[in-house]
Amino acid sequence: MADTIVKVENLTKRFEELLVLENVSIEVLHAENLIVFGKSGSGKSVLLKCIIGLMKPDSGDILINNQNILELSLKQLNRVRKDIGFLFQGAALYDSMTVRENLSFTLKRHFEEITQKQIDDKVKYTLELVSLEEAIDKMPSELSGGMKKRIGLARSIITDPALMLYDEPTTGLDPITSKEISELILNLQKKLNMTSIVVTHDLICAEIIADRVIFLKEAHVAYEGNIDELIKSKDPFLKNFFSHEIIKV
Amino acid sequence: MNLPKHKYGRRLSYGDYLYNFFATLTGLTIFNWEFLKQAFLPPYEISEVKKHMTELGVKTLGIVSITGFIIGLVLAMQSQPVMQRFGAGDFLPGMVSLSVVRELGPVITALIFAGRVSSGIGAELGSMRVTEQIDAMEVSAINPFKYLVVTRVIATTMILPILTIYVIIIAIMGAYIAIIIVEPMSFQYYQNSVVQSIEFGDFIPGVAKTFVFGYIVGLVGSYKGYSAEGGTEGVGRASTTSVVLASLLILVFDMVLVKITLWLWPTL
Ligand SMILES: Nc1ncnc2c1ncn2[C@@H]1O[C@H](COP(=O)(O)OP(=O)(O)OP(=O)(O)O)[C@@H](O)[C@H]1O
Ligand SMILES: [Mg+2]
Repeated sequence: MADTIVKVENLTKRFEELLVLENVSIEVLHAENLIVFGKSGSGKSVLLKCIIGLMKPDSGDILINNQNILELSLKQLNRVRKDIGFLFQGAALYDSMTVRENLSFTLKRHFEEITQKQIDDKVKYTLELVSLEEAIDKMPSELSGGMKKRIGLARSIITDPALMLYDEPTTGLDPITSKEISELILNLQKKLNMTSIVVTHDLICAEIIADRVIFLKEAHVAYEGNIDELIKSKDPFLKNFFSHEIIKV
Repeated sequence: MNLPKHKYGRRLSYGDYLYNFFATLTGLTIFNWEFLKQAFLPPYEISEVKKHMTELGVKTLGIVSITGFIIGLVLAMQSQPVMQRFGAGDFLPGMVSLSVVRELGPVITALIFAGRVSSGIGAELGSMRVTEQIDAMEVSAINPFKYLVVTRVIATTMILPILTIYVIIIAIMGAYIAIIIVEPMSFQYYQNSVVQSIEFGDFIPGVAKTFVFGYIVGLVGSYKGYSAEGGTEGVGRASTTSVVLASLLILVFDMVLVKITLWLWPTL
């Protein structure tokens, strides 16, 4: 059996009265793509932020490569984070930097011996992956929403992380680009053995990349299984959810 | 670093305002401590500091030039008849330049700098906070405090004294112009009386305190921006409150520093 890369145990997170996640437990295996579905506001982004240590859960444990990240010092946590990529829902590009600088920013700081030539090559190569070579010298404010998303994706994968956390990688993209991005995520898994947790509403994307799916509802993991089971499920809530999703795409 | 949260909303009681006041003071103290802890540790983002210094200089040079010139001009215009009434017309160049060197130059430059720069830093870091750019640095294992805050605070601390010296010179020029409009005076004579009346001991405390003012401007703007919350509204709030807070602190510290200087060196 493959190693467990991410293990979330009984995670509970609330914002004052609002209970967002309650006793959520998930496990992600090496080189597995886990899809997280859930209605808007169901706590998907919060879950990802807890995993990367941006938010502290009220209770529960989060283990990455068997290290409980809640017990690590900042220095140790940063060592773990260097091997994780995170795509923000809003891309979160550094808006005072060009696309090139956005992409090389982390590279320069993570790999001290890296040469300028290596950085340039890597930036170009990664931009090709998201088909945005021409945007290299643009500022984020000159990019469309979908382009920002793809640059954000490029920025998060450029360090070849072992674990990727994607917050809605294809939202706001046209169906064709959306499919390309999904295939890119699948390729990263195949080629680099990347492990991924993907939050999405996009069924096409999910169908392409999902190894396993969980569904967050009312602060709990309401369903878990493979994607076909969920789509074909007779459960009224799931039926309702997926019928809308299918109409949308 | 855990900064205390402020209370926001449409209906705040006086108690809430008082609470916010102390939250700000506590927050700023914690933030200041964090700066002192991190400023001396590598990596030193020297190129960032240089970049910010250039930007700040370019951004404020125009406005401080005009202000400096007008201050000197108006001060001389106002003082000229008064000094003559007391039969002290000869002391005019010395009096004007002493006021400019010891107090007006440093404080007014700092206040203008606060208005222009701490609001800018507040807005810049505030929008980085609410659009998750600061979080993005954090998750990529880059220390955003170091990269964003430390570099800015160092830049404001270094650039303000330079601007102040420049403003002092411009203001003294302004005063000369005001004087020669009314009565002829050679520049040579003016220059001599200015240089004779200003001692080194006037110059040092005046300029030295602007290091503190520059530090305040950078720190307050960064603190407000870094701790911004609540979307675009929060960015606006960070920007305006940092000007108010920075200006207030500049005046308070001016009072304290002047008192300390006079106490340490009564002859000054
Ligand atoms: N920093 C915060 N402070 C207070 N409440 C928050 C905060 N972040 C999220 N929430 C609340 O937590 C809940 C879950 O938010 P989250 O962003 O995880 O939703 P989501 O599932 O990602 O939704 P979407 O699909 O719209 O992105 C929401 O009700 C939101 O209001
Ligand atoms: Mg979300």
